[in-house]
Amino acid sequence: MSIQAIEATVVRVPRSALVPEQGAAVLLPSGKSAAVFMLHDGSVHAVGNLDPFYGAPVICHGIVGDRSGAPTVASPLGKQVFCLRTGACLDDGTVSLPVFPVAADDDMIHLSIPVHEAETDALTS
Amino acid sequence: MTVPERTLPGKTVPGKTVPKRVVVVGHGMVGHRFVEALLARDTAGAWGITVLSEEPRPAYDRVALSSVFDGADEMSLRLPALDAARVDLRLGVRAESVDRAARVVRTGDGERIGYDELVLATGSYPFVPPVPGHDAPGCFVYRTLDDLAAIKKLCSSGAGVVIGGGLLGLEAANALRLLGLDPHVVEMAPHLMAVQVDAGGGALLGRLVTDLGVTVHCGIGTARVLTDPASGQASGVELTDGTVISASVVVFATGVRPRDQLARDMGVAIGPRGGVVVNEACRSVSDERVWAIGEVACADGVVYGLVAPGYAMAETVADRLAGGAAAFSGADLSAKLKLLGVDVASFGDAHGRTPGALCVTLNDPVRRAYGKLVISDDAATLLGGILVGDAGRYPMLRALVGSPLPADPSALLAPEGAGASGDGGAGLAGLPDSAQVCSCNAVTKGDLLTAITSGAARDVAGLAACTRAGTGCGSCVPALKQLLGVAGVAQSTAICEHLRASRAELYEIIGGAGIRTFTELITRYGRGRGCDICKPAVASILASLHTGDHILDGERGALQDTNDRHLANMQRNGTYSVVPRIPGGEITPAKLMVIARVAEDFGLYTKITGGQRIDLLGARLEQLPLIWKRLTDAGFESGHAYGKALRTVKSCVGSAWCRYGVQDSVGLAIELELRYRGLRSPHKLKGGVSGCARECAEARSKDFGVIATENGWNLYVGGNGGFRPRHAELLVADVPTDELITIIDRFLMFYIRTADRLQRTAAWIESMDGGLEHLRDVIVADRLGICADLDAAMARHVADYRDEWKAVLADPQRLARFASFVNAPAAPDPAISFTVERGQKIPNRPLLPLEVL
Ligand SMILES: Cc1cc2nc3c(=O)[nH]c(=O)nc-3n(C[C@H](O)[C@H](O)[C@H](O)COP(=O)(O)OP(=O)(O)OC[C@H]3O[C@@H](n4cnc5c(N)ncnc54)[C@H](O)[C@@H]3O)c2cc1C
Ligand code: SF4
Ligand code: FES
Repeated sequence: MSIQAIEATVVRVPRSALVPEQGAAVLLPSGKSAAVFMLHDGSVHAVGNLDPFYGAPVICHGIVGDRSGAPTVASPLGKQVFCLRTGACLDDGTVSLPVFPVAADDDMIHLSIPVHEAETDALTS
Repeated sequence: MTVPERTLPGKTVPGKTVPKRVVVVGHGMVGHRFVEALLARDTAGAWGITVLSEEPRPAYDRVALSSVFDGADEMSLRLPALDAARVDLRLGVRAESVDRAARVVRTGDGERIGYDELVLATGSYPFVPPVPGHDAPGCFVYRTLDDLAAIKKLCSSGAGVVIGGGLLGLEAANALRLLGLDPHVVEMAPHLMAVQVDAGGGALLGRLVTDLGVTVHCGIGTARVLTDPASGQASGVELTDGTVISASVVVFATGVRPRDQLARDMGVAIGPRGGVVVNEACRSVSDERVWAIGEVACADGVVYGLVAPGYAMAETVADRLAGGAAAFSGADLSAKLKLLGVDVASFGDAHGRTPGALCVTLNDPVRRAYGKLVISDDAATLLGGILVGDAGRYPMLRALVGSPLPADPSALLAPEGAGASGDGGAGLAGLPDSAQVCSCNAVTKGDLLTAITSGAARDVAGLAACTRAGTGCGSCVPALKQLLGVAGVAQSTAICEHLRASRAELYEIIGGAGIRTFTELITRYGRGRGCDICKPAVASILASLHTGDHILDGERGALQDTNDRHLANMQRNGTYSVVPRIPGGEITPAKLMVIARVAEDFGLYTKITGGQRIDLLGARLEQLPLIWKRLTDAGFESGHAYGKALRTVKSCVGSAWCRYGVQDSVGLAIELELRYRGLRSPHKLKGGVSGCARECAEARSKDFGVIATENGWNLYVGGNGGFRPRHAELLVADVPTDELITIIDRFLMFYIRTADRLQRTAAWIESMDGGLEHLRDVIVADRLGICADLDAAMARHVADYRDEWKAVLADPQRLARFASFVNAPAAPDPAISFTVERGQKIPNRPLLPLEVL
C-alpha cells in the first residue's frame, strides 16, 4: 500500500493533560477515539482505543508497563498485552491496534490521524 | 467350544500377530494403576486390554473420597482417563463368573469375553457386623461415591452414630459433622485407631476429636440398631452396656473384607482370612493365567488395606506381562492421615514388635502432640514410630526407618522451631539415597535427586511428572519441597519478570524498607517499569500498609487494575457498574427509593446481587461522579465491589424476627461489614452471619462465616463459591462477640500479609504447612508472637477508613480522572450504545474488529 496517499489531520492535546503511565482517551473527528500514553521517560505513544477482543473503547484504561523492555499496555478487559510502539498484540499474533504517529514538544502533543483511520493498519507495516 | 472373540478396534492388523488379551476385573485405584503401568511398558501394542468396572463410572481417588463433603465433586476425584484407543473400558459391567478351562469371563449382561491373562482387582467390601437392625433404612457403609451420595442426600439433624473408630470411622464422623449432625463414634477397642496408634497416641487423639465435637465411646460394643416401629427407619443404637444413643443415621465403618467371591467360585486358592493367594509375582498359586492385585490379593499371608502396596502389586504384574521379573516382597504400612484436622501418622514397626525394641515417647499436653519412636535394642537404628497431633516430622522420620539415628531420639521428637517451616531439610540431607521419600509410589531420595540434578524436574510438579512422587496421599510433598531446596533448586516465587519476589516477600520488603511508591520499589528491587501483574499487587500492598492514603493519588493511580482505577467495575462494553454499600443487606425504604431514582435518572440497568445489595449497570465514565454525588448525599458509601477488598457480610434476619434465631445475625453482620469495609486484600473477601445452625445466610461459603450458637458464635474460615466451591472450616467454636472479632481481625490481617497474589483464603490455608491447625496456632494461640502486630494493623485500618468515593468528589484532581476524553471531558463516547431487553437496557453487542477480519 502506498503511504504517501494517506491524508491526515492533526489532533492536539496539551502535555499537561496527561499523567505519566496513565492513558487518556482522545476524541477523534470521526467519533472514534485514540488512547494516548505518556511514559515514565516523557515519551508519548498513541494507539487505537478500541479493544479488538471486546469492541469496547477502553485501551486507554489499561495498565502501562513493559515486556522485556518494550513499552506495553494491557487491555483492562481481557488483559491481552499490546506493544505501544507497533500496536502488535504480544499474546495473539493475529491482532494489532492501529498506531498513530506522534510529534511531541514540551507543551503540546500532536497526533497525526489518517482521514480514513480505519485503514491505519497500513501505517504500522 | 468356540469363544466369541472380542478384539479391540484397530488391533487386528492383517499380517501382524493378534495382540494377547488381558481382562482386568475391577476398575478401582489399583486396577487403574495396573492398566497405566501396562500401557507404559507395552509400547509395541502386544496387549489388548479390557477392563470391567462394576461401578458406573471410571476409577476415582477413593483415598480422597471424603473430600466430597468438603466441596470436591466426582470430576475432581477422577483418575486420569485411560487411552480409549488402547483400552476397552466397560462401565457398569460386572464379571459374574469365570470359566478357567475355557479362559472366558462371563459378564452381568451375559457377554463372554475371552482372555489370555486375567487380573483380579476387585478390592474390598465393607464388613457390617450382623447386629440386629443393621440393614434398616438409615444404616450406611462408607466405601464408594454412591455410598457417600446416599449419606449426603440425607437431610437430617440431631445425632449420627458411626460404628468403628478406625480410619474410616473417623472420616465418616467428620462427614456427619460437616453435614451438621452431632457425631458419635463407637469403638470396641480401648482407644481410637488401634491399628495405627498405641494407647498414648489413641488417648490424645480421643481428646482432640472430642474437642471437635465428636462424642467418643471406646471399649464398648454395639448390641443392636434401634428402629422406629412405625417407619422401620433406624432411630439409634443400643450399646452392650445398655446405653442408648438416639440417631437418625448409622454408618458402619467396621473394616473391609476382600471381594473374593468371584475367585472362590473359580476355585482358586483363598487365604485363611480371605483374598486370592498369590506368589511374589502376584500370580494365583492355583492358576498361572490368573493374577490378583490390591485389596483382593493375599500376598505372603497378608491382605493389604492401603493403596500403596496395591500400586506396587499393579506394577509387578504389569512388569511380568511385559516380560520382566519384578517381585512384590511385602510393603510398608506407613501412613500419614489427617482426620478431622488432626494429624495421625504411624510408620515402620509402630507397635514395637521387633524383639528387644526400645521406645522413646514424648507426650506434650500443651502443644497437644504425642510422639513415639521405636528404636533397635542397641539404640542405633530407627525402626518405626507414631505421631499424633503434629506429624510435621513424618516424611523425614519415615524416610529414616532402617537407617542409623542421626540425632538423639528425643531431639527428633522435639517441636520444630516456631515459625520456621521445619528444619526437616537438614534431616533429609543426611539420609542415604536409598531412603524412601514417597512411600505411595516407592520413590527413593536417590530417584528424586537424579530427577532434579538431570534438570528433568525443577519443582514439585516436575518431580511428580518424572517419578510420580507426591501423586498418592500427598504427605510427602513437604519433603519434596525440602529436597528441591537441599539440591539447590531455588523455587521461583517471583511474581513476574519485573520483581523477583513473592507477594508475601514484597509485603515484607515494602513494609520493612518503608517504601511508598512503585518507582522507588522497582528501582531498588526490580527492573523495567512493571506490568499488569506486579502493579496491582503492589498497589494492594501499599493500600494495606498506608491506610491513610487515597488509592488514586499520585503514581498510585497508574498501578490500579481495571476496576480500582475508576472505583467501579468495568463491564464488557466499557461502561461501569455502581454498587453502593448496604451493610448486612439491611436497607430502609427511603434509601431504596434513592437508589431507584438514581437508576431511573441515569437510565441504569438494575439487578440484585448475591451479596444482598443492588448493582446499577451501564454508567458511562463521566457519569460516575454525578451518580456518586447523588448517592453519597443520601448517605451511601462505596461498596468496594470493584476492589480486591471486603465485599459484603451477608446475613439472615436472625433473632430479631426469625423464630429459630438465637443471636442477632444482622447486627453482627453490619458491625463486621463496617469494620472491614475498604480493607484491601490479595483477593476479594466475603463474609456471612447466620442466626442459627440452619445457616440461611450460607455463611460457610464465605471467606469468613459466622454461625450463632446458644453460647456465642462459631467461626468458619476458608469458604468460597465460584469455580471451585469450598465449605469454610470451623476455626473456633462458641466464642463471645469481642473474641470473635479479634480472631477475624487476625485472620484477615495474616491473610493480607502472607497470601499470594489472587489467592483466596481457601487456597491460602491449604498451602500453609500444617493447614488450618497452623492457622489456629498463629492467630488463636499466638505461637508466632505476631498477634499484637496483626491487631495493631487492623486498628490502623479501622481508624483510617474514609469513603473513597466521597474523597474523590471533594477533590478536583481526582475528579479529572473521570473525563471521557481529554479533549472533550463531558462528551459521551459515541462508540458505546445499548439495546433493550426485558424492559431494561443492556450493552449492544458490537461487531468485533476480529470478526470483521
Ligand atoms: C474413605 C476411605 C479412605 C481411605 N483412605 C486411605 C488412605 O488414607 N490411605 C490409603 O492407603 N488407603 C486408604 N483407603 C483404602 C484405599 O482406598 C484402598 O486400599 C484402595 O482403593 C484399594 O484399591 P483396589 O483397586 O484394590 O480396590 P477398589 O478401589 O475397591 O476397587 C475395586 C473395584 O472393583 C469393582 N469390582 C468388584 N467386583 C467386581 C466384579 N465382579 N466385576 C467388575 N468390577 C468389580 C468394585 O466395584 C470397585 O470399583 C481408603 C478407603 C476409603 C473407602
Ligand atoms: S439461619 Fe436460623 S436464624 Fe437465620 S433465618 Fe435461618 S433459621 Fe432463622
Ligand atoms: S507418600 Fe503418598 S504421595 Fe508420596
